[in-house]
Amino acid sequence: MTPENNIPNMNETPRPQTIPHFVAPLDETPLQATDKVDEGAAPSSLWKEAWRNLRRQPLFILSAFLILVVVLVALFPGLFSPLNPADDKCLLENSNGPAAAGHPLGFTQLGCDVYARVIYGTQNSVTVGVFTTLAVVLFGGAIGALAGYYGGWVDAVLARISDIFFALPMILGAIVVMQLPMFRSSRTAWTLVVILALFGWPQVARITRGAVIEVRNADFITSARSLGVSRFRALLRHVIPNAMAPVIVVATISLGTFIAAESTLSFLGIGLPPSAMSWGNDIQSAQASLRSNPWPLLWPSFALILTVLSFMMLGDALRDALDPKARKR
Amino acid sequence: MTHNIQIRESGADGQRPLLEIKDLAITFRTSHGDVDAVRNANFTVMPGETVAIVGESGSGKSTSALAAIGLLAGNGRVSSGQIIFDGEDITHVSEKRMIELRGNSIGMVPQDPMSNLNPVWKIGFQVKETLKANGLPSGPKDVAKVLAEAGLPDAERRAKQFPHEFSGGMRQRALIAIGLSCQPRLLIADEPTSALDVTVQRQILDHLDRMTTELGTAVLLITHDLGLAAERAQKVVVMYKGQVVESGPSLELLRNPQHPYTKRLVSAAPSLSSRRIQVAKEVGVEPVDLLAPTEVVHEKGKPDEVLKIENLKKVFKLRSGFGRSTDFTAVDDVSFTVKRGTTTAIVGESGSGKSTVAQMVLNLLQPTSGKIIFDGVDTSTLNAKELFKFRRRVQPIFQDPYGSLDPMYNIYRTIEEPLRTHKVGDKASREKKVRELLDQVSLPQSAMTRYPNELSGGQRQRVAIARALALDPEVIICDEAVSALDVLVQDQVLNLLANLQSDLGLTYLFITHDLAVVRQIADEVCVMERGKLVETGTTDSVFENPRRDYTRKLLDAIPGATLLLPPEVA
Amino acid sequence: MVSYILKRFLQLIPVFLGATFLVYFLVFSLPGDPIAALFGEKPVNPAVAAQLRAQYHLDQPFFIQYLLYLKSIFTFDLGQDFSGRPIAAVLGEIFPVTARLAIMALVFEAVFGVLFGLFAGLRKGKFFDGTVLVASLIVIGIPIFVLGFLMQFFIGVQLKWAKPTVGAGAPFEDLILPALVLGLVSFAYVLRLTRTSVIENMNADYVRTATAKGLSRSRVVTVHILRNSLIPVVTFLGADLGSLMGGAIVTEGIFNVPGVGNRLYRAVLSGEGPTVVSIVTLLVLVYCISNLVVDLLYAWLDPRIRYDS
Repeated sequence: MTPENNIPNMNETPRPQTIPHFVAPLDETPLQATDKVDEGAAPSSLWKEAWRNLRRQPLFILSAFLILVVVLVALFPGLFSPLNPADDKCLLENSNGPAAAGHPLGFTQLGCDVYARVIYGTQNSVTVGVFTTLAVVLFGGAIGALAGYYGGWVDAVLARISDIFFALPMILGAIVVMQLPMFRSSRTAWTLVVILALFGWPQVARITRGAVIEVRNADFITSARSLGVSRFRALLRHVIPNAMAPVIVVATISLGTFIAAESTLSFLGIGLPPSAMSWGNDIQSAQASLRSNPWPLLWPSFALILTVLSFMMLGDALRDALDPKARKR
Repeated sequence: MTHNIQIRESGADGQRPLLEIKDLAITFRTSHGDVDAVRNANFTVMPGETVAIVGESGSGKSTSALAAIGLLAGNGRVSSGQIIFDGEDITHVSEKRMIELRGNSIGMVPQDPMSNLNPVWKIGFQVKETLKANGLPSGPKDVAKVLAEAGLPDAERRAKQFPHEFSGGMRQRALIAIGLSCQPRLLIADEPTSALDVTVQRQILDHLDRMTTELGTAVLLITHDLGLAAERAQKVVVMYKGQVVESGPSLELLRNPQHPYTKRLVSAAPSLSSRRIQVAKEVGVEPVDLLAPTEVVHEKGKPDEVLKIENLKKVFKLRSGFGRSTDFTAVDDVSFTVKRGTTTAIVGESGSGKSTVAQMVLNLLQPTSGKIIFDGVDTSTLNAKELFKFRRRVQPIFQDPYGSLDPMYNIYRTIEEPLRTHKVGDKASREKKVRELLDQVSLPQSAMTRYPNELSGGQRQRVAIARALALDPEVIICDEAVSALDVLVQDQVLNLLANLQSDLGLTYLFITHDLAVVRQIADEVCVMERGKLVETGTTDSVFENPRRDYTRKLLDAIPGATLLLPPEVA
Repeated sequence: MVSYILKRFLQLIPVFLGATFLVYFLVFSLPGDPIAALFGEKPVNPAVAAQLRAQYHLDQPFFIQYLLYLKSIFTFDLGQDFSGRPIAAVLGEIFPVTARLAIMALVFEAVFGVLFGLFAGLRKGKFFDGTVLVASLIVIGIPIFVLGFLMQFFIGVQLKWAKPTVGAGAPFEDLILPALVLGLVSFAYVLRLTRTSVIENMNADYVRTATAKGLSRSRVVTVHILRNSLIPVVTFLGADLGSLMGGAIVTEGIFNVPGVGNRLYRAVLSGEGPTVVSIVTLLVLVYCISNLVVDLLYAWLDPRIRYDS
């Protein structure tokens, strides 16, 4: 009963063994149709799955909540602080005073209400953060996408240009520009947006370029082109939507960075003018009386840290949820 | 710990099995809960024996074998059952003992030679550390000896090179050298040749056989190819969805499969199908597995030759620093014709230029010289508008199901895109057409709202086929369209393609490296090697009377080529 | 390999020229008269102004100015700052201080960042990993000037563990606290980068093969996982040196370190164009050189890019 072995390279010694022929009982091993579509579940795209992942992460819930609070405070400061710092009479007798009725966080050295300043300072920080990010994503993203997609000399030129801007760290570049005579006298939040965007775009460009390069060689792009879709249309309709995930992550984190940068520049005295509400300004002016009363410095610091952190946390949570390795089945 | 046991006697009744898997169950902890990858697996390996585990992806074949060497992924654990190695229960053995066993008692040869060698260390270093860790002499001479035994010529020089300087076959030999360097009693070979070129596969497997026979090593061979399993192993274990459904002597399993799943595998495996077709033709019986129609479709007013390639040539300029560039001829003077309604296969290994030809036919790449004549018209003479219209008539299906569909588009949009791009009909008529297409490829209507990430590889390929059919093309270019699919799914898709061809009168240009698949579906074959067309002819003539050595090599490389199979086995 | 380095070097030349040109343009070519700014509120003395203009070549067309400036870089004749001291000499004093500060920060972030990142990655999902992730996130989230302040206050003033400001000559011990502050944020980045890299490599096929060979766990971790994970980290560290030197402005300001950042800041505030441009040029040069060094290191660490295939 030994089977005919016409198979080459087997063991030379002939086996007098009998290899048992085992068959599993059918009810234990039921067969399914080959490759059936699971009709039960509701359809879910990658974004839906990412959202489902995101919802469960405590980091996301916390950061989303914080950001919501920050945005509300920025949009409707009056709701949170009945006193508008512009109307604050800042009586010197209250200088560095402790918390009092209607002034939960005490007073600054000049006698102004700390709480109101913290609340109203949110607006400028968030404005600078949001609009710089928008500018950077649009401009840097476009450049990165074009460089990554078309390659060749377009890529070489754009890569050199972004390298040049990379050589100048953001704060450094901003400092140099902000001290220019034309900016010395008139500085607004919008000035900051432009300056920060000017030095912040290469980061987003680099990420976008990398993401586009990864996507551009995928078969679905080739298949769109073989349909007759033009190169540029393929970029817009297929490449960019698929390259967005890492860009979103870096944009969220950059938002936090830009808010921090605005405060840093204001702290150095070359950000928003002293008349504007800014946490950086407040921290700077509270510096001198740090030893006698740290609170006028600490409260805006906390507000700043909390805001920046909330965006960083969101970026982290997004990165985990949009992780490409989790996407591949 | 060195063992110098020469196992020459083997298999006499009463001898203890080398490896026993008893009622093994392996569970993985995932974010969706616990998943049973292996449920109730049972098989044994006797000393010196070669046992093959066959299954599709998800069958648990790799997982069961890897559990024996303690290499389950971090979130996996053996939830019940036993793994007994030479009488010792190693199911939950200490890591220290496992490290002792690895290398000199149980060795492993993994699947993908590129990712399994550390790219930053020299080959010799990686061999040396194996020898050293297992207490064997590890000087340069010893390293060179190990490499030479695995078939690497000029071993001393090669030992000083890095993995990326080796070809795929050489890297696999290095891995085999590493796996066998300490003369283990059991070698786990996890699809050791799946990632290699076809002609290299047979060489490597032959060499592995020789080495393990000499050393008396038992081999646990994991593969998805039943033909390969039967050819190389005495015993075959078939796994399906984590369970062993059938096991027994290899030939008997092929001739007399009992379990329905094994029967499906036997009828679907391309290597076995192609063998059966050959045997049927030799004997004069009508082959059951043949999917190729033999009729040419004649359309009034149109030439029979829907595609004519004349002296096609493509030269790429490779830049190697500082403006210097070398010419690389990917396609060199290739000419062939494709008759309407038939399937022509272009066969070759990697680097043969077959995909480049496909891209030129699709007009995605401009030829350096030569002509592509579609339906009597030279495609290089088409202006932009005509080219746009041309694209409707020739459509591609690509290899990688996971890259061929835009993850952001749902299935409806993906299939509708061709219609929208060419402004065919209005929204209502397009929806009707999409529904029809889904029917044609046997996908349920509910698939329309789904996204690619919810579908399996085979389902995605069917969507790709539906999309390719949307504009009622005449020619479809299948670029390795089934190569990445599991055996049963591959069979399903090939059958689908054959049915569509006879229903719609389609012409296929089928690019593949797998001659077994060619035997099943192609009428004509073009064999390419390194850019040149080395042989053309009907499938029958190429298989029966190959004229060139290279073709013969390709034919020999089909696993199971020497198995004796009666044609009725189905 | 040589052609790879040469190519990178050639690519950096336009970057150097472009960056210095950009700065020069921003400082000297935009509207506003730097000489007038020098006088502040006082009326401009035309004779002195003319002499200063000639001295700084401000009467020449813009491009000539730039070319003359380039020439002066290569002859080390950088002119004088607004208080009459030769800029080159000033740079010679302050550059080593900042270099010391930056290198100390780099060593701190490299050693601790890699170690913590390695352990966090190996123990992914466990307590240490979770703690380290949260802590590093917080560190990244705190703007550096706030961090500097708080540390100066708590460690320097309250606990008196270190001097709150740096003394003359910037001795080594005095620089420890500022180096810590400067390196803390980068430390968090290095930690996260190492951690991600380790996690990726931990699950790589070749690590599984290394384990299958019978190697001890510690050998697999050091020779295979860590060695491969260091590649992106080294790249980051190299680039970070340049940004540490450029970003030390805030830290030097808070701790009163007599370094490049501090001097630059003062020069910017007082509108000292030539000083600003010279310092920035120096920083750009450091950036270009460290990039080149990083490329060399990368080629050494990853043999795949040593060959032009």
